[in-house]
Amino acid sequence: MNSIVLSGIWGVIMMFTGLLSKQPVTTRAMALLGSLGLLVVNILELSGYTIFSFDARGMITPDNFSLLFNCIASAGTLVYFLLSGRDMEKVGKDVSEYYALLFFVLCGVSIVSTYSTLLLLFLGIEILSIPLYILTGSDRLNLKSNEAALKYFLMGAFSTGLMLMGIALIYGAKGSFSMDVIGANNTTLTPMMSAGLLLLLFSLAFKVSAAPFHFWTPDVYDGAPGVFTSFMATIVKAAAFIAFIRLFKGCFLEMQAQWQLIVAIITAATLLIGNITAVFQQSVKRMLAYSSIAQAGFMMFAIVALNPMALEGLLLYTAAYSLATIGIFAVLIRMKDYTFEGFNGMGKHHPVLAASITVFTLSLAGIPATAGFMAKFYMLFSAVSTGKLLWLVILGVVCAAISAYYYFRVIQAMYFKDGPKQEIETNWRFRTVLVASAVFIVFLGLFPGWLIDKLYLFF
Amino acid sequence: MLPVLLIAIPLITGVIGFFIRNDKSARTWSLLSSLATLVVALLGAFGKYEVDALHKEIEWLPSLGSSFSVTLDGMGKLLCLLTGLSFPAIFTATWKHGYSKAYNFYALMLLSQAGLMGVFLAYDALLFYFFWELALIPAYFLCSIWGGEKRIPVTFKFFVYTFLGSLLMLIAIIYLYTKTPNQTFSLESFYKISIPNPDQLWLFWLMFLAFAVKMPIFPFHTWQPDTYEQSPTATTMVLSGVMVKMGVFGLIRWLIPILPVGSWAWGDTVSIMCVTGMIYASLIAMRQDDLKRLIAYSSIAHVGLMCLAVFATDKVGMQGTMIQMFNHGINIIGLWIVVELIERQFGTRKMSELGGIAQKAPVLSILLVIVALANVALPLTNAFVGEFMMFTGVFSSNVSKFNVVFAVCALLTVILSAVYTLNMLQKVLYGNTSARTENGIEIRRNESFVLAVLVVVILMIGVYPKPMLELTQTTVDTIISKMITKHP
Repeated sequence: MNSIVLSGIWGVIMMFTGLLSKQPVTTRAMALLGSLGLLVVNILELSGYTIFSFDARGMITPDNFSLLFNCIASAGTLVYFLLSGRDMEKVGKDVSEYYALLFFVLCGVSIVSTYSTLLLLFLGIEILSIPLYILTGSDRLNLKSNEAALKYFLMGAFSTGLMLMGIALIYGAKGSFSMDVIGANNTTLTPMMSAGLLLLLFSLAFKVSAAPFHFWTPDVYDGAPGVFTSFMATIVKAAAFIAFIRLFKGCFLEMQAQWQLIVAIITAATLLIGNITAVFQQSVKRMLAYSSIAQAGFMMFAIVALNPMALEGLLLYTAAYSLATIGIFAVLIRMKDYTFEGFNGMGKHHPVLAASITVFTLSLAGIPATAGFMAKFYMLFSAVSTGKLLWLVILGVVCAAISAYYYFRVIQAMYFKDGPKQEIETNWRFRTVLVASAVFIVFLGLFPGWLIDKLYLFF
Repeated sequence: MLPVLLIAIPLITGVIGFFIRNDKSARTWSLLSSLATLVVALLGAFGKYEVDALHKEIEWLPSLGSSFSVTLDGMGKLLCLLTGLSFPAIFTATWKHGYSKAYNFYALMLLSQAGLMGVFLAYDALLFYFFWELALIPAYFLCSIWGGEKRIPVTFKFFVYTFLGSLLMLIAIIYLYTKTPNQTFSLESFYKISIPNPDQLWLFWLMFLAFAVKMPIFPFHTWQPDTYEQSPTATTMVLSGVMVKMGVFGLIRWLIPILPVGSWAWGDTVSIMCVTGMIYASLIAMRQDDLKRLIAYSSIAHVGLMCLAVFATDKVGMQGTMIQMFNHGINIIGLWIVVELIERQFGTRKMSELGGIAQKAPVLSILLVIVALANVALPLTNAFVGEFMMFTGVFSSNVSKFNVVFAVCALLTVILSAVYTLNMLQKVLYGNTSARTENGIEIRRNESFVLAVLVVVILMIGVYPKPMLELTQTTVDTIISKMITKHP
């Protein structure tokens, strides 16, 4: 609850910062202060101190899972601001508006992780998405950016419409918007309930870019300015997953046997489409867009399984995936050549950057001793624990092996091929944060308990 | 404490090695580190210790039921000794080989040693998987940076092939974990699982594929000859000398005792694959001109025999396999050292371009002949002990109707191995000198010293194998007894 209020207020403060100060330094400093404040406020709430509390009439129930995810999201945003803050200034003049919009997105993230009524699910998803439509089109003179923004907006609005219809049908079936009422004794699948469930499933699948609702992702991620793609592909997707699992765990857990197969098929399609298309990409940016679909496929395992392992695994996965992708994008957006050839010889010219990118790609590929491996392990584990759907696990594993191909292409280009020196301007602060993120990923890969145990006991 | 040291020494020295910028100091540093590891391995293998000193368990992931549990048991002692012995031998023999950015090379070699030690010591399934993959990553970088011309696609194929196999093994490990009585990953609880027979049939393949790709067994062997050819010779020594044993070791410790019914059910299929691979590889070896490819194919044949003996699940046979893992490692490293020396001096690996080296470098020739005859398993050499025990095991095994057929076919390959080995010796060492070998000189002191040490080990074990037998006796008894209880 803290973060909902704070992020909303801070968004407005950021807007006015642009009015009062023309120095980008001030805007950046305020943004950093804001994200740090969000992290602190979430930690405080985890320890029991709710600073901004209001009577939500039972519509918002923050529990350890949501608050820990909020911490991950705010920490991820902090790292994102530290690494990519300056690159936002290159997109356009209205830097403080960009920051304001990002804070509004964070407000949506906080709502979407703590809701306990379907109305707030809708509200949170909308608050999450609308600033993103604007941010996608913020490179106003670029035709691709405009196209991406329109595509995103139209398809997003359509999917939100589906969600609203789904919510209405469920209200018709159960008589209440509250998840406690809907989820209680929800074992029989009446036609109205199943229609509502399917519509909600499809609209949320759109938001997390699961196949076959993923078609907007590559164009939008490619067309949007790289800085914002970084945020969209990580924090926003993670938040959508948290909304997804919260919805299904809260309302449809008891009828899991009915919908598990459909979600499993969606997962399988996502894994296959994401991985196989990523293999054929020539541009690293587009490869990362498709790889985010593939990673989404892995995160869908949590929805398929819906056991305690799945929850822990999803948290770990969002942390690992967000950090690694933010790190790679932070370097990618400072490069002029987005293709694989652009990475040639980076091991020699920019050794620190190359080493960090190696750690990030190894984590995304799922090599042991990185957080990405532990996250994939938890996902496989939760799926195998269900006792059925072994075919899905084997498919996931085969796709993970396929993913090694396109992730290792980056490492190969950097270390085993020679190329001209790319001008990548970084200062020591950027490199320190990048190396610290890489070290943290290895730490989390060896001791995932550090994060997972906080789910049960924060201090 | 000892097992932790075996992993920690190469790991820490390897990480430090990345920061030593001077090539010569990096070389010395890595040699010293590998010698230290060798001393610890010798102590572990032959010293008399309390059981506690050879076991260490640290809490790692209690919520998952996994702990950092390492133990030095009979088979582990033998294989750690092999690993401890090979790395100083490799470093000494390739002392003069100039690598660009050598500090990275030596650091990666040490890291791969740490990974290999971990595989042989791990008593926890998740830890085993961790080290299994971690041993692969330095090998990938080693082959890709310092290898031959076609190294990048070849190494990539090697990596993805092995990675896929390991991931399938991961699924099997997770599935087995869910069936353990107390929800842990430890080896002891895995040994207590009882899986219904129908499930064992497909679980077997999930686990076996990882080992089949690693060893490799026909038809999963296609990555091996190219990768051995394209890697720098020092890495090939590690790959064929030690990493291959990871596969056989995995069979003996992690697959056969846990899924015995599956192993018996699929034993014939696997034996057919092994024997086919052995004959196929030996025939191809006979047609090879390139020394590296010849030894690569010969290695497939040898490992095929080891796998065959494991699936015969006979006490003598299994003990023979354990000893042969050590022997084959020593022999093949010796062969690779000779290949490296020949290539460095004469610039070619093709037998058609060599000849008459015996006249120019007699010491090299004597040592090569002994190591090559060990490869053929001539009596008095170590490989004879191992192969004799393995063939006894296959012949007298009572789990298969066709064991005599398998034994006869496998014995055929021994004859074939004699053919291509003696042919190789004749072409390389005897006859007239060719244009390239006319100005050949004797090998250096350090190189002949390493080969001499290996030859001494070969002959010693060939004549007095008792210490090896004693090391592995308890392990074999434990494993066979576990399996007998589950025999349907």
